Amino acid sequence: MATFFKLVLLVKDTLISQVVSLWKVFMHLFVETDTVQYPEQQPHMFSRWRGRIILTRDPDGEERCVACNLCAVACPVDCIALQKTETEEGRWYPDFFRINFSRCIMCGFCEEACPTNAIQLTPDFEMAEYKRQDMVWEKEDLLINGTGKYHETNFYRIAGKAIPGKDKGEARNELPPVDTRSLLP
Amino acid sequence: MAKVTIDGVIYELNPENNLLQECLSQGLDVPYFCWHPCMGSVGACRQCAVKQYRDENDTKGTIVMACMTPVSDGAILSVDDEQTKAFRAGVIESLMTSHPHDCPVCEEGGECHLQDMTQMSGHNYRRHDKKKVTHHNQYLGPFISHEMNRCITCYRCVRYYDDYAGGTDLSAQASHHHTYFGRFEEGTLENEFSGNLVEVCPTGVFTDKTFSENYTRKWDLQVAPSVCVGCSVGCNITPGERYGTLRRVVNRYNDEINGYFICDRGRFGAHYVNSESRIRGAKDASGLSIAVGDAEAKLGVVMQEENVIGIGSPRASNEANFALRSRVGAENFYSGHSDDEHAALEIIISALRDEAFHCPSIREIENADAVLLLGIDVTNVASRVALALRQSVRNLSKNLAQESRIPVWQDSAVRELAQDQLSPLAIFSVGATRLDDVATFKVNLAPDELLKAAVQLDSVISGESVDGSHADIGPTPKCLNQISEALLGASNPLIVCGTSAGVEMLRVATNIGHSIRAQRDVAVDLALLPTEGNSVGHALMVREGNTLGEAFERIAKNSIKSALILENDLYNRAPSAKVIAAFESLENRIVIDHIETKTTQASTLLLPSTAFSEHEATFVNYEGRAQLSFQVNDCGTSAKAAWRWLLDEESHSPDSVISKCSEDISDFSKLTECLPKAGSLVAGMKVPRQSHRYSGRTAMSAKANVHEGKQAVDKDSVMSFSMEGVYPQKDASILASPWAPSWTSNQSISKFQSEVNGALKQGQSGVHLLSRCNKGFKYKVEVPEKTIQGLQIFPAQHIFGSEELSGHAPPIQERMTDAYAAISPKTASEIGVDAGDFVRFRGSEICVEVSIRVLVPDAVVLVYPGNRAAGVHFNFRDIGRSQILERVETAPEKIASTRLGLSQLLVNDLFGERG
Repeated sequence: MATFFKLVLLVKDTLISQVVSLWKVFMHLFVETDTVQYPEQQPHMFSRWRGRIILTRDPDGEERCVACNLCAVACPVDCIALQKTETEEGRWYPDFFRINFSRCIMCGFCEEACPTNAIQLTPDFEMAEYKRQDMVWEKEDLLINGTGKYHETNFYRIAGKAIPGKDKGEARNELPPVDTRSLLP
Repeated sequence: MAKVTIDGVIYELNPENNLLQECLSQGLDVPYFCWHPCMGSVGACRQCAVKQYRDENDTKGTIVMACMTPVSDGAILSVDDEQTKAFRAGVIESLMTSHPHDCPVCEEGGECHLQDMTQMSGHNYRRHDKKKVTHHNQYLGPFISHEMNRCITCYRCVRYYDDYAGGTDLSAQASHHHTYFGRFEEGTLENEFSGNLVEVCPTGVFTDKTFSENYTRKWDLQVAPSVCVGCSVGCNITPGERYGTLRRVVNRYNDEINGYFICDRGRFGAHYVNSESRIRGAKDASGLSIAVGDAEAKLGVVMQEENVIGIGSPRASNEANFALRSRVGAENFYSGHSDDEHAALEIIISALRDEAFHCPSIREIENADAVLLLGIDVTNVASRVALALRQSVRNLSKNLAQESRIPVWQDSAVRELAQDQLSPLAIFSVGATRLDDVATFKVNLAPDELLKAAVQLDSVISGESVDGSHADIGPTPKCLNQISEALLGASNPLIVCGTSAGVEMLRVATNIGHSIRAQRDVAVDLALLPTEGNSVGHALMVREGNTLGEAFERIAKNSIKSALILENDLYNRAPSAKVIAAFESLENRIVIDHIETKTTQASTLLLPSTAFSEHEATFVNYEGRAQLSFQVNDCGTSAKAAWRWLLDEESHSPDSVISKCSEDISDFSKLTECLPKAGSLVAGMKVPRQSHRYSGRTAMSAKANVHEGKQAVDKDSVMSFSMEGVYPQKDASILASPWAPSWTSNQSISKFQSEVNGALKQGQSGVHLLSRCNKGFKYKVEVPEKTIQGLQIFPAQHIFGSEELSGHAPPIQERMTDAYAAISPKTASEIGVDAGDFVRFRGSEICVEVSIRVLVPDAVVLVYPGNRAAGVHFNFRDIGRSQILERVETAPEKIASTRLGLSQLLVNDLFGERG
């Protein structure tokens, strides 16, 4: 009796499982393939995918980046370098803005650090180059003509600093500038 | 010492101080805004609340402001008490109700005391649902930007600018939540110390305009401890570099010298380092660039000759001067000072060796209780001293406060108590000075009469009979008696004079010092101020008799064919005719310099050297204190530190040059003590020049080459050109930029001080080179008889322009003026000129604009020669001592094309001096 049970167990553990495996492999011949014909066939990328970094513009069409340097300091591989400059009227913007994508690890810390939603990561990942030098992107390469993922953010309309088209007291939630010569309360 | 329990821990605190200061001294984190270590307490911001308990049984306690509470023995306090924390969070929340959403576009961001204190107090979101109060900004000149929205009305700016620095044009306006800090009208902030507003303001209302143009966050700056070379005080500074250019200069705390403040020449003048007129490569006689190797070969050929002379420089470091001296031999090494300045420096150095005197540090100058200023316009020669003198006149009020048992830190109470009473300050000057508003005695005379008056004062002090024949012009005998009594009655009398006052006046100053010394037991404070960064160090290296005039004579005798001129424009040191004659007879004129001058243009071989921030060097200040200044960054060109051209580079490092200098010249034997102690480094690791947050390292140079080069290695010093290494917390002498957890702004300095306002923990403040072992004597003073015709000439000094290097800084140029001749209205009407007319000095081609000033004595012309870097200028030594002015109908074309105008002559505006 005991021998019979042993035999049954043996068949169950080895033979049946092997036959089932063979059957499953065989059945895969008739399953739809997971492999896609990239690049002819493009995968679906989710909008929160952390890919190619862009610089965006605010709803007024002006550069969002104010060159505050927070992305650069947040970057764990130090691959962002920029220099602040300003227009004659006092609007801050980057003189140059450089990302060395050959160092970038697409961690998205820069996007998190950005107080103006200027720097954003996009679902584009096709950034391979034959020459490493070509992976250094300047502002001309990074800046797009749109708002990117966040449509509303308009930093200078909230900040107290005056820029062309928005004088003191005209930002959101601001009173008109104080007249220091007035005696009224 | 008082025993005070804070949160259960017993501390021993100084009962003379307030609680806030003592808490900070103990390293406790108590937030504050309006209190400043140099300005006492006013209790305006309510941020430093702590809880005080009556006794052990008191569980409720009372909230008190730490800055307004004296330390009392047995007090029981709590900083961490929940109710107090909530109180502080509430205070910061209300302070922040109108603060704009500006941090990303604010120059203060990242080193902001308001950011720090907000984080520390735990305020995050604005719950106030009303609108924010806004303000218009003002144009405040080329140095300071104004962004009034950011103000939290702590009143620090006006308390610093008006009360501490003596400014008159910044005020608090309007009231309640409309309070505005600015000028009545837009315009340049006039005070010479306005730059400190940047560091005094806890928010970003006042920021550095020159820094903003090339803005870099604090963590991105490569910094090293450095010493300012703008004047002879030697303030400690921290220059910051990024992308190869100098970005800004901030104050570096030194308890004995500059403390928390530096002058605007030091802060904004250092931008000459980025100037267009920097020399970036070697050039031959025809002005063509040559390779470093060729230049070295040419130098080698010349140096093989016998009798090559070297002319040193008071603006070059000890190492550069020493290298030149070693290369040409001490007997061929000549002074780079003008002859009269060299003579003046000999007096200064003998006074530094004289046991009758003590040369006070800036901190000691602040403690003087009677001051005599002789013939020197301190604000424009050694500005930081003027700021200290302004504090010294308040010592009377501090004494009064102590008598009335009011703590000295109770700032407004002490000021109310003293009202207008000031410690005696006697100013002997030609024309107005910027300290006239705090002077008790003012003697304003022509140079010769001023000298006579000073000699008379000396006689009065030493108790001799006074010749009364000059009483009609000079100060009355009563006035002289009062000054004498003030100086003799004071516990810390101080005499201040300088090379710009002339040799004879320096002699009188030391004589007066001796007269006072004879009547007291301790040494007398005597501060004799040269004009340049390393005047004393350079003069100490020059062998007796080796003056510039002597060098010209040797050249004229035709025995010399070659001269090496080190970082010096000889056209500022001697009459142009003499310089030209000397240059004509020299075959080889080798000039080492880092900035273009008239002398570099006349060179046959020009070797580029590095500026102060590009090499390690030592400088000697007016006290004979040698200080080490570290290299901040590599200059990025073929320029080398001057000594590297002159000594064998391979076998020398800055340290070995310093050691050799201390071996070779006995006066410099202590120079090696400036060097960092071997044991001060942590595990032998270097001290980083870059912060632990330095960003962009893999992208900064990626445009040129994506492959990052090796980090630059600093073979010579204890610092590294990277963020690798450890800050030696124990030896704060290598502390460039203070930073502590929760304290990102410069206020974090309290974490590095032994106590607030105390010395840096184990830090060094330089080494006094000279020892006082000589018995001094009184000089014989020659008072010139008035035999000469015409006007007496006296040189005018300007903080912005009188110094060679800072004149190349663009922001300083905006504050510079053209050369001018200032005369009194009476003299003007005698000559027949009006303000704005041009005059010529008879017998010369020199033609300058007239400035008419009420306070210039009659028959005197205050001459300002301008600066070669911009505007109308001439060589001051081309005009004699006494001259006749002639009106010029039309100014020469050359003048019209280079004019800056005289609009920046602020001294006029302050004292109503305009005629």
